[in-house]
Order: sequence, then C-alpha cells, then structure tokens
Amino acid sequence: MLFSSNARGAGRWALSVCVLALGFTGCEKVDSNSAPSGSTTEAGSSETMDATPSTIVIDGSSTVYPISQAIAEVFHEQHEHVEITVTQSGTGGGMKKFVVNELDICDASRPIKQEEIDKCAEHGIEFLELEVAIDGLSVVVNPQNDWVECITIAELKKIWAPDSKVTKWSEVNPAWPDEPIALYGADTDSGTFEYFTEVVNGKAKASRTEYTYNSDDNLLVQGVADGKYSLGYFGYGYYAENKDKLKALSIKKDDSSECVAPTPETIEMGTYAPMARPLFIYINKAALKRSEVADFAKFYLTEEGQKLVTDQAFVRLPADKLAAMQERLAEALK
Amino acid sequence: MRCTISTLHDEYARQLERRHRAGTFFAGFCSISTWSSVLVLAVLLGAVSWQAGDTISWRFLTSYDSRNAENAGVLAGLLGSIWLIGLTALFCVPIGVGAAIYLEEYAKPTWFTRMIQLNISNLAGVPSIVYGILGFTAFVRMFGIAKEAYRLNLGFTTVNFTLPFGRSLLAGALTMTLLSLPVVIIAAQEALRAVPPSIRHAAYALGATRWQTIRHQVLPAALPGILTGVILAMSRALGETAPLAVVGAATYITFAPGKIDSLADLAANPGGLLQAPFDGFTVLPMQIYNWVMLPRAGFRQVTAAGIVVLLLVLFLMNGIAIFIRQRFQQKIRW
Repeated sequence: MLFSSNARGAGRWALSVCVLALGFTGCEKVDSNSAPSGSTTEAGSSETMDATPSTIVIDGSSTVYPISQAIAEVFHEQHEHVEITVTQSGTGGGMKKFVVNELDICDASRPIKQEEIDKCAEHGIEFLELEVAIDGLSVVVNPQNDWVECITIAELKKIWAPDSKVTKWSEVNPAWPDEPIALYGADTDSGTFEYFTEVVNGKAKASRTEYTYNSDDNLLVQGVADGKYSLGYFGYGYYAENKDKLKALSIKKDDSSECVAPTPETIEMGTYAPMARPLFIYINKAALKRSEVADFAKFYLTEEGQKLVTDQAFVRLPADKLAAMQERLAEALK
Repeated sequence: MRCTISTLHDEYARQLERRHRAGTFFAGFCSISTWSSVLVLAVLLGAVSWQAGDTISWRFLTSYDSRNAENAGVLAGLLGSIWLIGLTALFCVPIGVGAAIYLEEYAKPTWFTRMIQLNISNLAGVPSIVYGILGFTAFVRMFGIAKEAYRLNLGFTTVNFTLPFGRSLLAGALTMTLLSLPVVIIAAQEALRAVPPSIRHAAYALGATRWQTIRHQVLPAALPGILTGVILAMSRALGETAPLAVVGAATYITFAPGKIDSLADLAANPGGLLQAPFDGFTVLPMQIYNWVMLPRAGFRQVTAAGIVVLLLVLFLMNGIAIFIRQRFQQKIRW
C-alpha cells in the first residue's frame, strides 16, 4: 500500500505523544487486526474479554436498513452489553467501506460485484454472504384506475425503455384511456432502480429519464396516490404500508405465464417473478470470530429474526432457503 | 403663463403629498417584509408542532430510536448533536478568533495576507458536502494509513481510540470545525474592525503593550460581534446532515457517546466523557432525515417531533448566546 511505510511512523508518533503527555500512565497498542472502525475495545481477543465486547458496525443498502435496524434493536434488548451502529450509505457506498475492513456487516440489495470481490481479496478480507429476506418490487397505480389489473413486462418496457416516447396510456395499449401518463420511479442511485431497469429493460441503469424520481419513496407514494393517471414502482414495503392509497398491478412475465399479484406468499414462493429480489448481508469473516457478531448473524436466521423481517413489510425466506443459509453460517462458524 | 402664489402652493402641496406617499409605501414594504418572514416561521412552527401532537414527551426525549413509531425517541441524536456542537465550538472558537486577530491586528497587508483573506471568503461559500469529503479523507481515513487501536490508561479510566479516527465523534467535530471556521473568522474580523482605532491609540498612548491592548480593550469590545458569528456558524453546523453522512454518522445507534445517557451514568462513569469523542455517533438531522424516508405513517409524527426538538435546541443555543452577548455589551463603557 502507498502509505504503509508512514503507518508505522504515525503509530510510533501517537505512542510517544501518549507517553510524553502522561508519563505516569500507560498507553498501549491494541491488536486490531479483526476490529473495524469503532470497535476499539479488546478487539480480537473476545474469548478472554467477553465482558466488554466491541461495537458491531453495520452499513450499506437503505432498502435492507429497516431489517438490520429491527434486528439490531431486538438483539440489543436481549444482549444489553453489545452495542450496535447501523448506517445507510447505499449498497455501493457500504461495499466501499466493507472492502477496506471498516465494517463488520454490509447490507446489500444486490449480490456483491466481481470488482468488489477483487478489492476484498486485495485487502485480505474474507466474507460470508447470507440471504436474509426477499423484497418484491411493486408496480402501482392509483386506486381509481379501473382499466388495468395486470401488466406485462413487455408493456412495462414500452413505458420505461430509454428511448420510450410513451406519454399517454393509449400509446401502450389502445384499450386504455387517451390520457397523459404520470410516471414515478426510484432515483438513479438506488439498488431498486438498478434492479427494475435490469428486469424491465434488460440492462441495469438503462431507463427513460423524463419521470418523477426521488430517493424519498414516500413522495412517490404520494404522487401516485394523488393522480388518477399515474404509475410508479418501489419496494413492496411502501405498497404494503399504503394499501388504502395505492393499487398494485399483477405482473405477467411473458405470454406463456400468468398474472401474479405481489403478496407475501407469491414473493416467498418465487412465483412473483421476475420482480422479487433477494436481500443480502455480507459478513466479514474475521469479525465473525467475535462471539457477539456470530450471535448477531445467527439472529437474522432465527424464527424471531424472520418474524421481524415480516413486521418490517418484507418477505421472509422460504423454509428450504432459510435452512440452507443456517447451514452456510454454521459451516463458517466451525 | 401666469404663476400665482396659490398655484405654486398647490403644486408644492401635491409634491409633498407624493413624497409622503412614497415614504409611507416604503415603510409599509419594510414592515411587510418583516411580518411575512415572521408569518412563515409561525406557520412552519404551528404546522410542525400540530403534526408532532403529543409525540413530544419526556419518553421521546429519553429513548433511543426504534422500529416502532410509538417507541422511537430522539435521545441518541440529541446527545450526539450536543456533543458535536460542543466539540466543534471548542476547536473552532480559539482557532477562528486567533486567525481573525492575527489577520486584523498583527499581519501586515502583503499580497500573501490578501490572498489568505480572499481564500477564507471563498471557503465560506463552499458547499458543505465538500467539507464532508475533505473530513472523510483527512480525519476518518487520515489519507489511508493503516488503522491501529490504542488504549490510553489514565489511572482513573482508560480511553480507547484508533488512529485514524474512523467514524468517530471527533472526526465529525473536526470536519464541522473546518466548515465553521471561515464564517467564524470573517465575523470575528468584522467585529475587530468595528472597534474604533482611537481605542487602540489611547491604549498605546497610556503605555499598554500590543497584547495588553488586544486583551483588555479590543477583544472585550469585539466580543459581542464575535459571538454573533460563532452562533451563526454553530447553528449552521447543528443543522448539517450531508457532511456528517459522508464522515459516517450512524443512522441507528444503541448507545450515546461515552455510554453516558443519564446523570446516573455520568456519576458512575465520569471517564466516559473522555471516551465520548472516540465513539460512534448520530445527530438530530440524521435521525429526522431517516424518519422522513421510512414507509410507516406513524413516523410522520415522529419526524415532526424531531424537528420541533431540533428547533428548540437551536432556540436554546441562540438564547444563551444572546444572553451572554448582552452581558458583555453592558460592560463596555468608553
């Protein structure tokens, strides 16, 4: 590394300041190999120092944030001495910190990318990938909309393609009203945007640009709820919390498939394809050696943890997937 | 054309009336300007307080954030903000006032000092996110030196810290110091410049040294103006979110800085006050921003309540500063 030669110098400098300023007291370097930021207390020696475990540091996707927040809150209630911080920098932002050993856990609404795996290898970081929940992207319209119940991916593509010229409902399907269509969607930095464009337009981040976008999904909900001729998309949670104001459309994958509405059951069973996506956590394997991090990771996959997933308006893992994830974690803890 | 006394008089009266009308119009315009801003503030406060309803309670002030709106509290953000502003003021005031005194009282007006002056003025207009990125590089990562953890034994307590500082309160406060410094320096310079030169001359004439003149005459006279600048800068820092998000303020956190969230904690663990700057943190605006984005309707009230708390802290800060300012102003007698 570029600055590695300076590192030791800076360390010695800090040490000597400690000693100079407080001659009669002690200042010692703590082995921090397995301790990301914030976790300065007895890091790396959790077996012997269990009374004061380090802080568990989590960052990453804002979609997964409500899950990790709920898990952290309940886990802290049960293990009062374990302190946790959860931050949301987006999947990409979280990964940037994860690959340089600043995090214990990174929330992600998409699988890790190859370049991120390479960076991990470069910094000597091994990680464990766990699926913890499923999200179903919901395509929603105004409740007063009585002309469409089910929409095909092809129709969605007609509306959302980068070169789309569609401005009226009738241009998508002649049977629909000759009224301007008001579009609402995720902002371009989000994993939601990446996933939706990938599924609908076949290429991540390829989308028409003239629509209302906002990183605050509540504004999108409001927009669709206020206009009779509007259409929007966002995570299932925002639909589930606003069912009285919105109407979710069923999705028809192709001509041979049936219309499937987004419900917890269809999303869990995988029939709400292709709009259902898995949500992940990535755990630093060095951090996983600390007992509190191991317990915390296990908690995501317990019955109680999955119940919290459901409470936060996401969809729990199907039984076989859950068992597979539990096994993967147990294997890593051996 | 004949010009009689009476027509001249009429002409004069008409013009006088016109001039009076212009005066009345201007006074009206000024008072409307004042009252409209007061009205906007009143409407804002009224609407937010009304929305907050009975959410603001002792429980709201003394609990941590929660996944359930009815349990969510503002404690972590409140303590985090107080710590952050306190540390920022601690760093910012001596450096800012010192720089202003140097530039006004000591430095000779060379091209170099003029350039410094110009740069400070420019820095005051730099967007806060830029300071966030700077703070992240300089304090959180320290230009990429390898992270080491240290334990400082002070006899009565041990302080755990890392170099670089990581996503700690100290890194946040130093970033905020950079952001606030230009405003503080400029305001302090203005205040020093407003002290009449005759005061300095009189002091020199009586045999006072330069240091005595500054210490006993110039600084006390400039203090009210300096304080105004400090208040403005600190108020801005209190409301900042973007740079702190970059520096890594958490969204959800299970502890307060130094693990001190009550007077009982403080009594049991006074050493926590020294540990606090090295702990992870969140601030009020981060919590509010997070609540706005959550899907659940219950969080609308919590958001409003958070805003009211932020405004109350702001009013309280300004109140204290005005009180101090007036006490100093009364002391000045020339």
